[in-house]
Amino acid sequence: MAGKPKLHYSNARGRMESIRWLLAAAGVEFEEQFIEKKEDLEKLRNDGYLLFQQVPMVEIDGMKMVQTRAIASYIAGKYNLYGKDLKERAWIDMYVEGTKDLMDMIMYLPFQPADTKGKNLALIIERATTRYFPVYEKVLKDHGQDYLVGNKLSWADINLLEAILMVEECKPDILSAFPLLQAFKGRTSNIPTIKKFLQPGSQRKPPMDEKTVAIVKKIYGI
Amino acid sequence: MSGKPKLHYINGRGRMESIRWLLAAAGVEFEECFLETKDDLTKLQKDGSLLFQQVPMVEIDGMKMVQSRAIGNYIAAKYNLYGKDLKERALIDMYVEAIIDLNELLMMYTFQPADKKQQHFANLVDKATNRYFPVFEKVLKDHEQDFLVGNQFSRADVQLLESLLMAEECKPDILAKFPLLQSFKARISNIPTIKKFLQPGSQRKPPLQEKDLPKIMKIFH
Repeated sequence: MAGKPKLHYSNARGRMESIRWLLAAAGVEFEEQFIEKKEDLEKLRNDGYLLFQQVPMVEIDGMKMVQTRAIASYIAGKYNLYGKDLKERAWIDMYVEGTKDLMDMIMYLPFQPADTKGKNLALIIERATTRYFPVYEKVLKDHGQDYLVGNKLSWADINLLEAILMVEECKPDILSAFPLLQAFKGRTSNIPTIKKFLQPGSQRKPPMDEKTVAIVKKIYGI
Repeated sequence: MSGKPKLHYINGRGRMESIRWLLAAAGVEFEECFLETKDDLTKLQKDGSLLFQQVPMVEIDGMKMVQSRAIGNYIAAKYNLYGKDLKERALIDMYVEAIIDLNELLMMYTFQPADKKQQHFANLVDKATNRYFPVFEKVLKDHEQDFLVGNQFSRADVQLLESLLMAEECKPDILAKFPLLQSFKARISNIPTIKKFLQPGSQRKPPLQEKDLPKIMKIFH
């Protein structure tokens, strides 16, 4: 049935946040049903709503979609954020996979043993500044355009902005050596749908706090 | 320049094998350049050939593609193995992502330290037989078609076959309770391009052996 997409996940960023960003950037209103305790997850499973017993799950266009990348690809495709042809899609995919790898490192941070946190954080900073951000800085420098691919807003831009903001939460001056990424951040944040998402009261989720980490660990048994 | 795709990776399955399967299934000939030492990897990194300093990397259609999913997506779309519309692609993506999750479990088995192997094996068998295989068995049962999506051969079928065979390598009778997956396996294995890939002498790689581990660790660490 048509209607707003409905997101099933914890009240946290995790694997659903990139999907929230995409929908918001596309100007698509969505509902959320939060999993607050293990019983909520069990109910979804017992009802047969989760194809592989896992969330994220998004009810959209008559489907109960699972698997983060599948969901994101569908939304990107549907709302014209996936380039104009196969080759543009290839570049978008490559860029998105890169930023996802970086964001996953940050996502896992609260769940790693306390004595490894310092080392892991240092690795995130290193990867961001030597492996990932230089790539995107160069892409922007080489073509001189506002967007990463095809001179048009795409999933790659939205994902990169999300990643930049997440890494800045780890280290506020992380973009100091990347002037084009700074400009990119300013420009992309000002896109009306994204600007709205960045304002307080939106469905954007805050970084994990200790309380949420505990809840999530309990729900998923990790 | 056009020409055969060229795959850069170690001489092993890892994250490149699904790409080999896809190209083979599509009937596309490809070349391979194997990393044998750390220097081989460093050279590629210094050349600027690896966007994020990592392999797999595939030279294809004038691009040096990286990120196994991006590469898989491109090949699937180019060779019409990605469904006919957005919704079929969505289904294919859901199935393929789950299969990738299962494949990770299967591949990680060899890397487990001795004291963790048994637990990993138990988890692997549990997930395969309770979480993943029942879904695909049901998909085939519900629509009674030969292929998983849209009554047409797709990437989902290729990746599922790859996974079924890898699972059987771990536990030969793992498909005992899944008659439709057994017939699916036989049917897809008989598709001429795939049949060819399954024969000795093809570019399909064997399972990782423990003795290969030190060499691989040296390249990547």
